Parts: sequence; structure tokens; C-alpha cells
Amino acid sequence: MRVVIAEDLALLRDGLTRLLKAFDIEVVEAVDNGPALLPALVNHKPDVAVVDVRLPPTFTDEGLQAAIAVRAQVPGLPILVLSQHVEQLYARELLSDRRGGVGYLLKDRVSNVGQFIDAVRQVAAGGTVMDPEVVAQLLARRATGEPLGALTAREREVLGLMAEGRSNAAIAGRLFITEKAVSKHINNIFAKLGMPPSDDDNRRVLAVLTYLNAL
Amino acid sequence: MTQGCHVASHGGPSTTVLAGPVDHNGGVKSQLWAVARDMIRPRFVRALQGLVIALFSLTANIALFALAVASLALIPVVGLGFAMFPAVMEAVRWRAEIQRRFARWSDVDIPSPYRPPPHDAPIGSWRRFRWVASDPATWRDLAWLIPGAISGGVLGLVAFSIPVYGLEGVLLVPVLVALLTDWYGYGLFWPLDTVGEALLVLPQGVILLSLGLSAAPWLVWLNAEFDRLFLGPTQTAQLRQRVERLTVTRADIFDAQAAELRRIERDLHDGAQARLVSLSMNIGLAEELLRRDPAAAEQLLAEARESSGHALTELRSLVRGIHPPVLAERGLEGAVQALALATPMKVDVDVALPGRPETPVESAAYFAVAEALANAAKHSGARVAWVKMAYHAGKLRTTVGDNGSGGADPARGSGLRGIERRLAAFDGTMVVSSPPGGPTVVTMELPCVLSSPKTSPSSGTG
Repeated sequence: MRVVIAEDLALLRDGLTRLLKAFDIEVVEAVDNGPALLPALVNHKPDVAVVDVRLPPTFTDEGLQAAIAVRAQVPGLPILVLSQHVEQLYARELLSDRRGGVGYLLKDRVSNVGQFIDAVRQVAAGGTVMDPEVVAQLLARRATGEPLGALTAREREVLGLMAEGRSNAAIAGRLFITEKAVSKHINNIFAKLGMPPSDDDNRRVLAVLTYLNAL
Repeated sequence: MTQGCHVASHGGPSTTVLAGPVDHNGGVKSQLWAVARDMIRPRFVRALQGLVIALFSLTANIALFALAVASLALIPVVGLGFAMFPAVMEAVRWRAEIQRRFARWSDVDIPSPYRPPPHDAPIGSWRRFRWVASDPATWRDLAWLIPGAISGGVLGLVAFSIPVYGLEGVLLVPVLVALLTDWYGYGLFWPLDTVGEALLVLPQGVILLSLGLSAAPWLVWLNAEFDRLFLGPTQTAQLRQRVERLTVTRADIFDAQAAELRRIERDLHDGAQARLVSLSMNIGLAEELLRRDPAAAEQLLAEARESSGHALTELRSLVRGIHPPVLAERGLEGAVQALALATPMKVDVDVALPGRPETPVESAAYFAVAEALANAAKHSGARVAWVKMAYHAGKLRTTVGDNGSGGADPARGSGLRGIERRLAAFDGTMVVSSPPGGPTVVTMELPCVLSSPKTSPSSGTG
């Protein structure tokens, strides 16, 4: 797997490179500013890009803007956005083309190496990964009102993990229940929320996030 | 029914004019009633106010002037005036304050020009005397007393007596008096001798009444403008008051800032710093144990990772409280939208700004909106809230409203008070309207300059 990294702090850039290499992921280019990112992505067409939101020269949201811009040029180019803080607003913008192959995580999550590498692979495969904080905010907005109020506590847990982009197996492992029980919960959730059921994992995550964003 | 609409003419007294279509069902009677309500009544009120002004001016001013002169004369002679003069001036200031209130009837704003009193300066003390005597406003007040008496007396009485005289004619009182006493007249005819002259009383009365009513607001306004020449603050006084206000708000903001820095220091000391210490201890211990007890080392490393996660979470919330990253990245528009998305209720956002304010102003406006929304979410029980931001005539105007139960009191919540202080540092204002039953609307205004939309970058690190 080939990866492009955009991160301005040398310490983190080298750390990320080392970490990915340890899992046999090739870093084809590591850039340290916004303007260099777009050509690097278009040239290399990597399997996935790992991009910091805040980059020079403006130190604002250059990385995010570049990610959105490159996906307009190369539709569906998988991008995993990392940030010191997550904003639902940014998540919404990243998801707005509804193509999948998008990840948005707090930088802290890198410390859980196994999960982070999973997320990189998932995004590269066209999946969608959302930080638990974004999902928690999404769920909190209409916690008590219809229709989320109709879900049981367990169903809400499953919905949250689903929105983060976890597979049935991962959800089952996390909640210590069988995969069969998970799919039963998922069927209930889709029925209660009036969403068409979907077997495709990637499409399912997008559908759930779109649904929650629209509330 | 006709609809009355109030229009304040620029620079002149406020008058009430008729506007809007006439209702077909209304009929002549209700139209007359509307005319009386919207045109005649406020003018009558103004004429009565003219009388009040005249009475005050002619009595109090002259008495106070006499007293002031006497007290000044008594200073060299017996020294009695030394205590008396400040006391008399106290009364003069009351009188002047009343006149400033009267001016507000005509929408003329005359701010108080006086210097703040010194501490611990009872009447009779040298300090008190010096405070009174050295304030230019004292001498301007004194200089006003006699011209003010003449202006208030003449203009006030004219404003009152012409309409009253006109009313006398309209009610045909002169005809009655002439019949009873044989010698009485009205307007142009003294005495009323013929039936023709008696018949002309009514039209004369109507003319005088309408003339008087039209003139009354202008006369009262003219007097207010005249008073302003003497009773308003001079430019020097205005500057001095501004300096005083700036001193207070500056002290407030420094206090708030110092408290904020102390809080950040404490948070760092007890939070992230302590966690990093335990983190390095764990890692050091794990290093030691790596060979001898790999299982224990692994356990320690897992703890270390967890601890670093907590430290990062704490730092993140600390950073958000200092200067939210999304504000630096997206400006007010994006930051308020992000805020709306993070608020656990539906929030409609309407932000349209042609540029970005200075960073401190932006930050003040952001935290004001954040506090208002947090209050709405916490206390109002509202289902929907809205934020509107617009820039007009050099002011950033922000309104935050909700459809909740109302009853918000800025005097009770320390959050809103803090916002008020923060806005005051930029000469900004906050008004909370929250009647019981709702809705609550918080209106904030911040004078500021917007930079061009392509903003200069704020410094920071990834």
C-alpha cells in the first residue's frame, strides 16, 4: 500500500512514517505544507493520504481544503484527515460528496497503533471512519427527541459504533456479543429509523452518517 | 381605522404623523378619534410640558441664582459661604438634572458633565469645596440659571398659552364672558361688540389652537437645545468621561485576564503536567521491567498510553477555552456554525459578514455567542434557537434568540456578566430581553472594523 503524508511538525511526520513502515505501508512522499500537497496527491495517486488539517502557510484548515479540492479532481481519492480537534462542521464537509474513502480522526487515536492502522486500511479500501467524538456529538444533538429516543441503550451503542465505521465483527468484539446479535440490533435500528437496510459495510456507514447529519 | 406611525424628524422634536390606508369600515367618527389620538394628544402633552418647564425655570432658577450669589458673597465676608456654596451647588445640580430629563421629552440627550465626587469629602470640607469650584460644569450651571429661566419661561409659557387661548375661543368662552360682563374680547376684537365679531371667535380659536399645537413641540425642543449649550458636557468633559470609562473597563479586562491565566496555569499544573510526570515514570519503570517482567512492563505501557490520551483531552479542552481552533481556521461564520452543530438543539445560523474583525473582537463575539447558546441550552428548555450576525454602520450586531421559557436575568448569571465585561472592553454592549414565558433574545453590539475577506493568517502550529 502506498501513502502520502502531509504534516508540518517534523517530529510527528517522522513518527507517522516510522509507524506506517512498521506495518509494511510504503510512504511515497511526506510533505510539510499545504501548497505541496495537491500536486503530490495528483502525481502519486496514493492508495490513501494521511493529512493534518492545519498546515503552513496559513496555519488554518489548509489540509482539509486540499483534501476536499483533490477529491473534486480525483473523485473518491481516499483521504484520512487528522487533527488536534474535531469539528462536526468539518466532518460534514468531508462527507458531503458521499463517496466514501474518508476518515476523520483525532491525532490522539494514532497512539492506539492497531486501531489506527485498521483505520488507514479501511479508508484505503473505500470505507468511512469517523472519530468517536464526532459521532458522540451527532448522537447528542437529538438524544431525547424522536426518532433516536425510540432506540434502546444497546441499539444506540451499536449505532454509534456503526457510525464510527466499525464492521459487525468489530462491534461484536467491542460489546462482547455475537455477530448474529449485532446484525439483529442493526436490523432493528434500520427499521426504527426508517432506513433501507444495506449489507455493504461502506455504504452502510455513509447512510448512517448522512442520516445523523440530517437530523 | 387609520394606523398611526411614529416618525422622529431628524434634529427636530419628535412628532407623530398619520400614515397608512384608511379602513373602509371605520367611518368619520373613528377617523376623527384616530386624528385626536395620534396628532392632537401628544401635542397637548407637549404644551403641558411647556408649562411645567416654565414654572420650574421661573421659580427654582431665580431662587437658586439668588442663593448662589449670596453664598459666593459670604465666602470672603464671614466664611459661611465656604460650606454653603457646595450645598447650594448640590441643589443647582439637582435642578440641572431635572432640566436634562425635560430635554429628553424632545429627544434631546444632554449627558451629565460632572466629575465624580472625591472620597470622604463631606460638605464643609476643603476637598468638597475644591471639587465643586474646580469643575467647569459648576460655573456653566450657574451661567445657565438666568438665561435658562428666561428661555424656559418664555418658550414654555408660549408653548402652553397659545393652545390654551385657542381652546378658549373654540369653546366660545369669550362670548359667554362678554355677555356676562359687557367688556371682554377675543383675538382681534376688543371688546366684542357685534354679533359678527362674536361669530368670528370660533374660527379665530380654531386657527390659534392649531397654530399653538403645531408650534408647541418645536418651542419645547428649541428650549431643550438652548439648555444643551449650557448643561451638556464640553468636549473636554466628554473626553475626561471617556478616559474614566476606559480606565474602568481596562482594569476589568486585566482582572479577568489575570484570573484566566491563573485558571490556565492551575489546569496545566494539575492536569497535563501531572499526567506527563506519571507518564514518564511509567515508561521509565517499564524500561526497567522489560527484561525481568515483560507482562508487568506491558501493563505499565498500556497505562502510559491511557494517561497520554487523558492529557491530550485536557489540553484540547484548554485550547478550546483560550482560542477555539475553528475560530482561527474559519473565522466567525464557520466557528458559529460549528458551535451550532455542537449545541444539543436545533440552531439556525445566519451570519453574513463582508470581512473579518480583529482577532480580539472576533474572540469576544464568539465567546458571547457561545455563552448565550449554552444558557439557552441549559436553562430555557427551548427546542429551537437562532443566531444572527450582521455588520452595519461600523458595528457588529449579534442576536441570539430561543423559543424557550424566558426569565433569563443577566444580573444573576455570572456568565452573561462576564460577557458584558468582555464586550465593554471594546465599547460593546449587551441587552437581554427575556420576559417570563419567553422568548429570550440577547442582542450584542460591538463597534469594530472589518478587514478584507482574504484575511491574514493567524500564527499557530499544526
